[in-house]
Amino acid sequence: MPPSDKNPSTSALLPVVDFLKIPEGGDPYLEGSRCSQCGATFLGERSACSSCGAREQLESIRLADQGELYVYSIVHRSFPGIEVPYVSAIVDLEGGGTVKGNLINIDPEPEQIKMGMPVELVFQKAPRKDAEGNEYLTYYFQPKS
Amino acid sequence: MSDVYVIGIDMIKFGRFPDITVPKLGATAANMALDDAGLTIQDMQALYSGNLGQAAAMVGQRILAEIGQTGVPVVNCANACATGATAFREGWMAIKAGVYDMVLCVGTEQMGKGLLGGGGASKGIPTEGLLGSGTMPAVFAEAGMEHARNYGTSFEQFAKVSVKNHHHSTLNPKAMYQIETPLETVMGAEMIAYPNTKLMCSVNVDGAAAAVICSEEKARELGKMDRAVKVRASVMTSDPFQARNMSMPDVNTCTQLAAKQAYEMAGVGPEEIDLVELHDCFATAEILHYGNLGLGKPEEAGRMIDEGETALGGRVPVNVSGGLLSKGHPLGATGIANIYEVSTHLRGEAGQRQVEGARLGLTHVIGLGSACAIHILEKAQ
Repeated sequence: MPPSDKNPSTSALLPVVDFLKIPEGGDPYLEGSRCSQCGATFLGERSACSSCGAREQLESIRLADQGELYVYSIVHRSFPGIEVPYVSAIVDLEGGGTVKGNLINIDPEPEQIKMGMPVELVFQKAPRKDAEGNEYLTYYFQPKS
Repeated sequence: MSDVYVIGIDMIKFGRFPDITVPKLGATAANMALDDAGLTIQDMQALYSGNLGQAAAMVGQRILAEIGQTGVPVVNCANACATGATAFREGWMAIKAGVYDMVLCVGTEQMGKGLLGGGGASKGIPTEGLLGSGTMPAVFAEAGMEHARNYGTSFEQFAKVSVKNHHHSTLNPKAMYQIETPLETVMGAEMIAYPNTKLMCSVNVDGAAAAVICSEEKARELGKMDRAVKVRASVMTSDPFQARNMSMPDVNTCTQLAAKQAYEMAGVGPEEIDLVELHDCFATAEILHYGNLGLGKPEEAGRMIDEGETALGGRVPVNVSGGLLSKGHPLGATGIANIYEVSTHLRGEAGQRQVEGARLGLTHVIGLGSACAIHILEKAQ
């Protein structure tokens, strides 16, 4: 995967989810928040901690761009119009935070996919547009190079 | 507080009834349960109705419009796949509290075919197949893969759950299917979301089940104790926090917590349970719940299915009704249908699939999101 694919021109793209951040002139990243009382990590922003109940104690953090594959499923049947097969992956990021995403650049076969394998985030333009024709930046996981 | 007894319970044969309305499905089951109790709607002091698909449409009142508008209070419940169990438990609580001494609980659902879960985004673009999968087969596949990761459970072992439950349903005339599915048929069926093939996914069916429950004093006054079933425990939990919650629903922790509370409330241990109806929405899920419910150690689940410990005739038969995999899973009806199955065994009326000498049984459902409900039932003394 050449570096240019990892950092596409993102200026005109909208984030696929709120916790994907696209800073002006910087690299996209996933945002999390961490509770300063109990250390729990969440995706995106939030005002209270669902682990310990602390309010207004969460600080915004930049989640790591690599981690390990926790578990997966290979999806062969989905909703109409969704291309199959694809690998739905649950990834534990280094330093905290668990994210679900497609695992790409790997054969969708159980023999090829090892739970615990190191993976990394890549950001690419999504192959779908919304009803107004807007384009989106999405994230995927791939085996760590 | 009075003990609570089931004195009438029944379910319709699960199937596809697109031409019958939801209230009519519920009314049929309600009348069957009333007939089983030898009572009428005029004897009921309240109705607890569970339905998910028409949660905003006053299904309970519309059932009464079919069977008798007596003016009693109606509570409509929606709690994902725990909807029926929630309705039952609300009725149980009202009797426990002494507000009523006899109520009717009904669970009803009309399903249609196809995948559940995932679906469209509220804004932007759909994320299904982009940010992984939100379909139920995939979500429960991932939950099963966690068991595989921790304990080495294999695709074949997960598949054996379907072989077992489909076999059980050949003995249950109220199940959607009565067909044997050998291991190679289950493993060779269309792969939906590895490791769940089509035959390892629960069947979307229409269905309804209902129960008449009452206080001990009422059951004795009416002379109903000989076929009565005592509710030894009724427990519900939601998800205690787990670090992966935001990306991976957790059906384990809420089940473990509910099981602990249920065994404490009933004053029994898992080794005393004679049969279990648990939430096998996917074959992978059943394997998880052996450990979660204390039927064995988590690492023993694969061996338990290999050795037939959870088959009819085994150490602790699980889902002898055929389970959600083969009896079918009408979401709002499932929780009461499970209680019907266990009650039928405790009454010694389960025919070919009777678990001999059954005295104590456990029912378990999970509504993803999550609501876990467990009931422990005992043959009345």
